[in-house]
Amino acid sequence: MGKYISLFVAGLLFGLGLAVSGMTHASKVLGFLDVAGDWDPSLLLVLGGAVGVTVVAFRFILRRPAPVLEPGFKLPTAKDIDGPLVVGAAVFGIGWGISGYCPGPAIASLAAPNWETWVFLPAMLLGAFLHRASTLSPGDTAHTPKSEKGSSA
Amino acid sequence: MSHFTPVSALVGGVLIGAAAALLLWLNGRIAGVSGITNGLLAWKRGDILWRLLFLGGLVAGAGVYYGWFGNAPLARPNFPGGLLAAGGLLVGFGTSFGSGCTSGHGVCGLGRLSLRSLVATVIFLVTGILTTFVVRHLFRVY
Repeated sequence: MGKYISLFVAGLLFGLGLAVSGMTHASKVLGFLDVAGDWDPSLLLVLGGAVGVTVVAFRFILRRPAPVLEPGFKLPTAKDIDGPLVVGAAVFGIGWGISGYCPGPAIASLAAPNWETWVFLPAMLLGAFLHRASTLSPGDTAHTPKSEKGSSA
Repeated sequence: MSHFTPVSALVGGVLIGAAAALLLWLNGRIAGVSGITNGLLAWKRGDILWRLLFLGGLVAGAGVYYGWFGNAPLARPNFPGGLLAAGGLLVGFGTSFGSGCTSGHGVCGLGRLSLRSLVATVIFLVTGILTTFVVRHLFRVY
């Protein structure tokens, strides 16, 4: 039971952080990405604040043999800087720059009376589905689902 | 128009980092929202509930804040729905192909000192900045 509560509480804190920081406002995110406009550096402090915590906390947490409520850590195993990483990140950035949404804020926005996310989210799931389908297509030996397991960050 | 809000940005960022630390410490999972969401598409028995609980918490956390303080994000008056759909499609495809987004590669990957995540984060920041320039300054869409 505890592990289910902690999942929900971690999500709750995450969503609270996104809302407090203003990152669920697509126009605020774009205000950061728009360096040629009236630049708003807030996102940099959000990322800096978050990474400041994870850099220190993860170091201690990963010294443990296992997490508190599960038998083991589930960490990404991929190490290579490969084509999928580079192209995928580039494509993600383009979609982010067009819309002002990345997955976290888009989902957290379901709590707001904002129809934008009801257009964005189904399209996002379709995009992810199309990628999945392309890696799983039968007979395509060149693209066996190699990055399928454990590489998801 | 958006204004620099250093205090709420830093407080929100620390909350996000704390959430990621809590999830790793208690459940041993990386708080990557795209990975957690896209994983639902596999629809594998025993691999669904934990994802829905985290994502449900994500919505609830934002809802609690909007309920207490207001300031919920509203739709932009003149932003074209077609661009939202195109953006969503690219974000979904890109995060699945590149194994992560701002939270997985940004918040958590950088926290693990992963070179892969650093490269990904720099790339999506650069393409995001270039794209926003094109959309806002060449096409005048806000």
